[in-house]
Amino acid sequence: MASDTHVPAHQETLALREQFDTAAQQKDASTFGMWIFLITEVMFFGGLFLAYTVYRHLYPDVFDVASSSLNVYIGAANTVVLLCSSLTMVLAVRASQLGQKQMIVLFLVLTLMLGFVFLGVKGYEWTVKFQEHHVPGMGFHLEGLTPDNAVTQGHAQLFFSLYFAMTGLHAFHMVIGAGLLMYLIFEARKGRYSAEYNTPVDLIGLYWHFVDIIWIFLFPLLYLIDRHLGR
Amino acid sequence: MITTAVHEREHYLNESYGIKSWLLTKDHKRIALLYLFTITFFFFLGGAFATMIRIELLTPTGNFVSNDTYNKLFTMHGVAMIFFFLIPSIPATLGNFFLPMMIGARDLAFPRINLLSWYLLVIGGLFALFAMLAGGVDTGWTFYTPYSTTYSNSWVIATAIGIFVAGFSSILTGLNFIVTVHRMRAPGMTWSRLPLFVWSNYATALIQVLGTPVLAVTIILLFCERVFHIGIFDPALGGDPVLFQHLFWFYSHPAVYIMVLPAMGVISELVSVFSRKPVFGYHVVAYASIAIAVLGFLVWGHHLFVATQSVYAGLVFSFLSYFVAVPSAVKVFNWTATLYKGSISFATPMLYAFGFIGLFTIGGLTGLFLAALGFDVHVTDTYFVVAHFHYIMVGGTIMAYMGGLHYWWPKMTGRMYPEGWAKLSALIVFLGFNLTFFPQFILGYMGMPRRYHVYPDEFRVLHVLSTAGASVLAVGYLLPMIYFIWSLKYGALAPANPWGATGLEWKTPSPPPLHNFDETPIVTHEVYDYSTVIGEEIQVG
Amino acid sequence: MSNDTHQHIDSVGTYVLVFLGLICLTVATTAVAFVDLGDYSVVAALGIACCKMLLVALFFMHVRHSTRLTRLVVLGGLLWFAILLLLTLGDVLTRGWVGVPGR
Repeated sequence: MASDTHVPAHQETLALREQFDTAAQQKDASTFGMWIFLITEVMFFGGLFLAYTVYRHLYPDVFDVASSSLNVYIGAANTVVLLCSSLTMVLAVRASQLGQKQMIVLFLVLTLMLGFVFLGVKGYEWTVKFQEHHVPGMGFHLEGLTPDNAVTQGHAQLFFSLYFAMTGLHAFHMVIGAGLLMYLIFEARKGRYSAEYNTPVDLIGLYWHFVDIIWIFLFPLLYLIDRHLGR
Repeated sequence: MITTAVHEREHYLNESYGIKSWLLTKDHKRIALLYLFTITFFFFLGGAFATMIRIELLTPTGNFVSNDTYNKLFTMHGVAMIFFFLIPSIPATLGNFFLPMMIGARDLAFPRINLLSWYLLVIGGLFALFAMLAGGVDTGWTFYTPYSTTYSNSWVIATAIGIFVAGFSSILTGLNFIVTVHRMRAPGMTWSRLPLFVWSNYATALIQVLGTPVLAVTIILLFCERVFHIGIFDPALGGDPVLFQHLFWFYSHPAVYIMVLPAMGVISELVSVFSRKPVFGYHVVAYASIAIAVLGFLVWGHHLFVATQSVYAGLVFSFLSYFVAVPSAVKVFNWTATLYKGSISFATPMLYAFGFIGLFTIGGLTGLFLAALGFDVHVTDTYFVVAHFHYIMVGGTIMAYMGGLHYWWPKMTGRMYPEGWAKLSALIVFLGFNLTFFPQFILGYMGMPRRYHVYPDEFRVLHVLSTAGASVLAVGYLLPMIYFIWSLKYGALAPANPWGATGLEWKTPSPPPLHNFDETPIVTHEVYDYSTVIGEEIQVG
Repeated sequence: MSNDTHQHIDSVGTYVLVFLGLICLTVATTAVAFVDLGDYSVVAALGIACCKMLLVALFFMHVRHSTRLTRLVVLGGLLWFAILLLLTLGDVLTRGWVGVPGR
């Protein structure tokens, strides 16, 4: 009645769940499951990208001006920070594949720290937006619109609604990612991951890279609209 | 005949006792029963709202409830029935219970995520229930903006949160099923040997995974607009309310296939067993399930024909909507061909299957009427549409669900239900259903708008007939509640294979042991091979 | 049946190269934004973003070593997003093309 394979007691890191027949099947299934989860995330963010596409098409000039109000250098720098964290993340996965237990922890910690830097910078950018009255709702006002009237100010609010929704949802996913990294670091320090069993590192790595890919699209779409116009 | 006295043998129901053993279970069979309990609650809750609607519609003027209350009644009827009954129903109960067994697995790929899915449904349900009890929501289950974001004074946010959370329940179930079917099949269980019920649930899972996230993000946007006033659907800011409709229906149209595909899977099983023939054109039916899932994503604009969507887009969506009917029709043809020269028995599950085939066909054909732009302009937002979707959801899905419940009840509980009462109930359901909903086609065609409770006198007779039908239908649904519960204590003990069916689930005792199979089965026969069950004693009424 | 990466462990050098490529592309996309390409600015920006996505997916997410099923899943996700986008734009972009009688 029990599962068909014996799990030797000392191989507790394998953690073979009873519904699976082999560790390979378990890893396969888990990885496949994570990929399916990631495409649900594609569709989740997809709705926001759709809204962005529609309104940028409808109000290109306003989106132009609104985009220029974002600091492109900070945005680019933050993009680099996130790319660095992707590098450290994949190096953590690599270390786990090679069973280099201390390197796993090192790279995971670096990834986490870079993630915090990103979030910190994002928080700073948001406070700037609050101070500049670029938060949709009461007191919203964007400078530099021509013509500048209630209608175009309304369109500008749409840009910033999308800005906050998209970067906010992205940041939320990063916070979750940070939580997952902290869990991984905690477990990695106990020596839980090895060449035989590194699935969680692998899977959380996939998640982290996905969140990076979302930012790879957010950056040009939000920050780089018609910068040549030099507003 | 294998009838093991239930109290002597250990099986999934008696291997552990106590509330914790249920609330913390990882057993897909127990989780299926947890779901059964939850969705039955929401079915009767939605039914209560329907009762109040039908009572109100007995009279042409609004004298039972106010306008606002009526708006809340049809909204909450829709929300309860769609999100908390129909969408989970067959996959989370029958699918959860039998998909692993049908493929020869011990459980789903991710049992703890399965349990989480149930908890998410319950939590979402509690939010929705809170909203209903605290005063209700009146936006229609479709939550169109700007009414839902700006003008409604009802519990929109609580309901929206409930649906959001329940959506994740659906996504995780879909994810679980997809991985399970790909990675947990027993040796010899090739894709071509999968029962069609598995194919249907697999196709459904694809929809759950690809469509529901869009609903989730749409609800987030609705939440932000209503709570923080950062609107992207607000026309005052240049926003487009129709964008909400695109995002909403991108999920909600495929959602109707989430509701009907598993039902079709049940029908494939029933038609085969009760004709003792393999399903005609097995591969075609299997691929038709996938086709429905895919094509179902391409037609959502037919809900926006009169919503100021462009005429060109209307053309495209109309054309594609005709397309999506084809695989459904193919299935109906194949089920019919399965019956031809079959050895047909009229056990209760088969009665429900017959009901499904006829009523789903009517519902599906009227969908084609609605897909025609010209016709739709006249009957959109009338009772024609209401009748159309109830023929599919109630005449289709709920009939299949009842058929499946009866068919698999012996396996799940180890007890037979009383066949005489069950047949009677099936008949009452069929008669009650048609009396309720056929007049609504006529009403809609004559111009009776949906979501109205005040109507011209000339529509009264049809409304009275419809309400009479609803009373009959209610009896038809209450009887099984009673006799199913009765059967748990007094029903005849069920053998392992009371119907003489093929399929791995029938090779286990009734009820099955905790891990389904003592040894992983090795599959050597093709699917629906009735030569393998010759000589099994069949308990068919 | 196992899907992967413990048979192909990429070198640190590979990852660093990919990383440098990503940095270059980031610099490129930022610089290109300051150049007047008219309607093609968007094409350039999205094109570069797609290249970066491919690099991350193929190398960092190991898609280039993964099974056909994984790649099918990835493509399916992108395709479904495309369906959402294209059919909705099919409405938004064609509004007003056919006049309404009387207006």
